[in-house]
Amino acid sequence: MIELNNIHKTFNTGKPNEVIAINKVNLQINAGEFVVIVGSNGSGKTTLLNLVAGNILPDSGAITIDGNNVTRLPEYQRSKWIARIFQNPLSGTAADLSIIDNFRLAALRTKNKGLFIGKTEQFKAQVRDKIATLGMGLEDKVEQPIGTLSGGQRQALTLLMSVMDTCKILLLDEPTAALDPRSAENVLRIADGLIKEYKLTGIMVTHNLKDAGNYGSRIIQMGEGAVLKDIAGKEKDSLQQNELYSWFG
Amino acid sequence: MDFYLTALLQGLCFAGIAFGIYISMKIFNIPDITTDGSYTLGGVVTGTMLTHNQPGYIILPAVLLAGALAGALTGIIHTKLKINALLAGILVMTALYSVNLTILGRSNLPLLNLPTLFSVVNLITDVNQNSLIILMGFVLILTLLIGYLLKTDFGIAMRATGNSEPMIRALGVNTDRMKITGLAIANALTALSGYLIVQLQGFADISMGIGIVIVGLGSVIIAETIINWLRITSVWLSLVLVMAGAVIFQFVLALTLNIGVDANLLKLVTAVFVLLIVGLPRLTGRQA
Repeated sequence: MIELNNIHKTFNTGKPNEVIAINKVNLQINAGEFVVIVGSNGSGKTTLLNLVAGNILPDSGAITIDGNNVTRLPEYQRSKWIARIFQNPLSGTAADLSIIDNFRLAALRTKNKGLFIGKTEQFKAQVRDKIATLGMGLEDKVEQPIGTLSGGQRQALTLLMSVMDTCKILLLDEPTAALDPRSAENVLRIADGLIKEYKLTGIMVTHNLKDAGNYGSRIIQMGEGAVLKDIAGKEKDSLQQNELYSWFG
Repeated sequence: MDFYLTALLQGLCFAGIAFGIYISMKIFNIPDITTDGSYTLGGVVTGTMLTHNQPGYIILPAVLLAGALAGALTGIIHTKLKINALLAGILVMTALYSVNLTILGRSNLPLLNLPTLFSVVNLITDVNQNSLIILMGFVLILTLLIGYLLKTDFGIAMRATGNSEPMIRALGVNTDRMKITGLAIANALTALSGYLIVQLQGFADISMGIGIVIVGLGSVIIAETIINWLRITSVWLSLVLVMAGAVIFQFVLALTLNIGVDANLLKLVTAVFVLLIVGLPRLTGRQA
C-alpha cells in the first residue's frame, strides 16, 4: 500500500544547524494496517508523516502509494488517496466557513471544485445524517461557522470529513495533543471506528503511550531519523504498557 | 442634491474596487495594493479603446482581461517567487505606471462626444439620472455574479484558501493557483471600476489611481464593521454591504466638501475617516 524506499531527508543542509531528520528509512505499510508511530521529540516521526502526505519532499529515495510513484507529487495531488488530521484542530477545518461548507469541500477532496452550486438540500440532508452518527448534537448546527465549535468537536468533524470522499489512507498527526482527556478518547474511538469501517490504512503519530498501546495493529518507534522498533500483530496486542515506557527509559 | 447624486454615482463605480479588495483582503487574506495600478489600467484601456472607436462589447472584456493579467502577475510573484504580497503588489503597481503611460500616450485623455456606456442607452433625459439607472443595473449584475461565484464549490474552495491553507491543500486544492486566480479576479474587478469612472467623468488620467486603494479598503472596512456588528454570515448580505460601503464612503467625502473643508485636505480627511472606522470599535470595545 505505502512503500518508502531508502528515504533520506536533511534540513538546513550545509548550515551549522543541519539536521538529518530521516536517515535512509525503508518501510512498508500494508493496506488496512493501523500504524502508530512513537518517538521522542526530533526523532523524525512527524517528518515521516509529512513525507507520506507530501508537504515535505525527500532528498533521495522513493515513495509509492498503491503502486504509484508519488515521490515528487505535491500534497494537493496526493489528496486522492490521503486524508489528514492535524495536531491543531484549527488547521483541519476552515473556521469562518459553515460546517456544511467544510463538508462540501471534504466531499470534493478527490474531485474538481467547479463552478456549480453543489450544496444542495439533498447534500445537506446527507451531511446531517452523517453528523448525527457522532451523537454530539451537531447535526442541527450545520449552518454555523465551524470555528464556533470546541477543539474536540472540530477534530471529530474533521475525522468524519475524511470519509466524505473515497479515502484509502488516514494520516493522524498527534490528533489529540490539544484536547482534554475525554475529547481525546472520543476522537481516537471515532478514528479507530472509521479505519475499521472503511478499511483505511492509518498512520498515527502520538506522544501518548497509553493510546499507542490501546490503538493500532502495529507500532513503530523512531529515533534519530531511523526505525528503532517495529512490532505488529499479536506481538503488538500483547505489548505491555510498562514495556512501552521502558523504550523511553 | 446634485452633489450627492454625483457621490452616489461615484460610489457605485467604486463598487468594483470594493469587491476586489473584499476578495483579496477578506477572502484570501492577502494585502494587495496592485489596485492603484490596475484601476488606472482599466481606465486607460477604456479611454484609449474608446478614442480608437472600438465597440463596447470588446472594451469590457479587454478591461477585465488587462486587470486580471495585472492581478495574476502579482499572484505569480507572490506565490512562485515567495515574495511578500505587499511588495509584489507595489512592484506590479510601479511597473503598471509606465505601462499605463505607454497605453495612454499622454497624461490626460478627454473623451468628449464619444459613445460611452452611459450614452448608449437613453432611458431618461437627465444625464445623471440616466447614468444612475445604468450603473445600478451594472452593479446589480456584478453583485449577482460574484455572489453566485462565492456560492459555488469553487467559491467555497476560494474562501477556505484564505481561512486554512493546510486544510484546503490536504483537500486537493493547488493553493498557489487559487491565489493567482483570486488576485486576477480581484484586479479585474478593480479595473472595472476604472472602466466605469473614466466613462462617467469623460476622461482618463494617468494619476487617477493614486491612493485609490484607500477607497476599497475604506468600503470593505465600513462593510466589515456592520457585518461584525450585526453578526452577518450570509454571502449575499455581505456583498450588498460592501457595495453600500463604497457608496457611504463617497457620501462622507461629499459631505466633507459640502461643509466647506478645503479640497486639498480631502486625502487627509479620507485617511482620518478610515482610521476612525477601524479604530472606534476597538476603542469602545476596550472600555466595555
